[in-house]
Amino acid sequence: MTTFSEQFPIVFQALNVGFLQTLKLFAITLIGAIPLGLIIAFGSMSNWSAFGFLRPVVLKHVNLRELTWWQKVQVWFVTDFKPVRLLTRLVIWVVRGTPLMLQLLVIYYFPGLVWKNNIWGSGETGRFVASSVAFVFNYACYFSEIYRGGIQGVPKGQQEAGQVLGMTKSQIFFKVTLLQMVKKIVPPMSNEIITLVKDTSLSRIIALQEVIWAGQAFMKGSQGISGAIWPLFFTGVYYLIFSGILTLLLGWAERKLDYFKA
Amino acid sequence: MTTDVLIQVTDLQKHFKGGKQNQDEKIRALDGVSAEIHKGEVVVVIGPSGSGKSTFLRCLNLLELPTGGQILFDGVDITDKNCNINLHRQKMGMVFQHFNLFPHMTILKNMTIAPMQLLHKSKEEAEKTALELLGRVGLADRANAYPSQLSGGQKQRVAIVRALAMQPEVMLFDEPTSALDPEMVGEVLEVMQELAKSGMTMVVVTHEMGFAREVADRVLFMADGKLLEEGTPDEIFTHPKSERLQDFLAKVL
Repeated sequence: MTTFSEQFPIVFQALNVGFLQTLKLFAITLIGAIPLGLIIAFGSMSNWSAFGFLRPVVLKHVNLRELTWWQKVQVWFVTDFKPVRLLTRLVIWVVRGTPLMLQLLVIYYFPGLVWKNNIWGSGETGRFVASSVAFVFNYACYFSEIYRGGIQGVPKGQQEAGQVLGMTKSQIFFKVTLLQMVKKIVPPMSNEIITLVKDTSLSRIIALQEVIWAGQAFMKGSQGISGAIWPLFFTGVYYLIFSGILTLLLGWAERKLDYFKA
Repeated sequence: MTTDVLIQVTDLQKHFKGGKQNQDEKIRALDGVSAEIHKGEVVVVIGPSGSGKSTFLRCLNLLELPTGGQILFDGVDITDKNCNINLHRQKMGMVFQHFNLFPHMTILKNMTIAPMQLLHKSKEEAEKTALELLGRVGLADRANAYPSQLSGGQKQRVAIVRALAMQPEVMLFDEPTSALDPEMVGEVLEVMQELAKSGMTMVVVTHEMGFAREVADRVLFMADGKLLEEGTPDEIFTHPKSERLQDFLAKVL
């Protein structure tokens, strides 16, 4: 099988199977990361202070000017230590500060190598589950920062208007803030979603059988075809078409929200 | 007189920490303000900018948390941590300088969301009340418009009736005409005047001295976080006692 017309049906079939896996990973990531990102966003904005109840007492009795730096640290710990916010921002830093490829490798291999217990199971299912976990967590962290920007970008007066009507915090968030935030974050979220389409190919590093893996197979040799580089190049068409469709969809969503001005 | 006191403010304090350079200097936005608001009374608060009049108003429904003092609303201490402020806020309508209508809802939805969510009114009932109120301010035909389609004056009239839809016992106004184009100030003041005539208890922070003189039962003059002088419009505008008030009036009148 050396001519293009002989190879094409076989390659097309294999790439379709691979792209289906790509699509599954894409969908699972969005389904998981969109809500998880919101939870992380709330964590990163949390004002809960572990020792906040001591604050008035401490501030009444200390004069900051007379303190040594170590005493100032202690005062900070009592008055401004927000463990949930600190921990969340630490996690976001680590996740955004390291390559997704490395996260995939660590998540997939670490349990088996270190705990001698491959929690992911064997085969393609195991690789898919591990990839999903890595992608959901990684994207949730990026989404959370976009959400935070969106939430903080809704004017404070909106919250106050809800408050003075007597609405509770959750009523204010879901009825007042949420939709205004969604409108603000559609453009940056579109960016992330388009990036995600192509990032799924990183799971090639743990041999998830997505479309890049499927295309590469024909270089080494598969189904009687070897040394063919064009299938790998051809995967680009899949990404282009899919991101084209997404661009149209996201544009439609943006226009849908045009009925009000924030 | 004590029986008809609606809001009793005693020695209200609001301190902020100073900036980076002077960390132990305290800014006293409110420095011991005591006042009483009686049922059915229109109280106008005037004073130079930075005098604490807006902070005072925003403390009345705890949009700002006072750092000291006490606020009794209907005899209940709302500064108490165990008090459910949301319930009390339902009875205190507030109108802001910048309207703060919900941009993603129609005018009708803006007005029905709180009554439906919080007073558990049916949609029909809430909409009926809303349309009646909109009719009173001449905006019944704009019920299905979005806030961005209205002029500033129209937005503020909607904001007033949105608050009224909750059937509050008192209405707080925080410089309701300050963000309006001059030609729209009149229509908003007119609505407020109507409201005053109908017997609503009102606390109004404003720079509209004409309104204060005509509509107020009592005027409070604030400066530097203190309540310097209070009295009838006549006492305040024609016979000001303190030098600060005389100065202020000389500048604004």
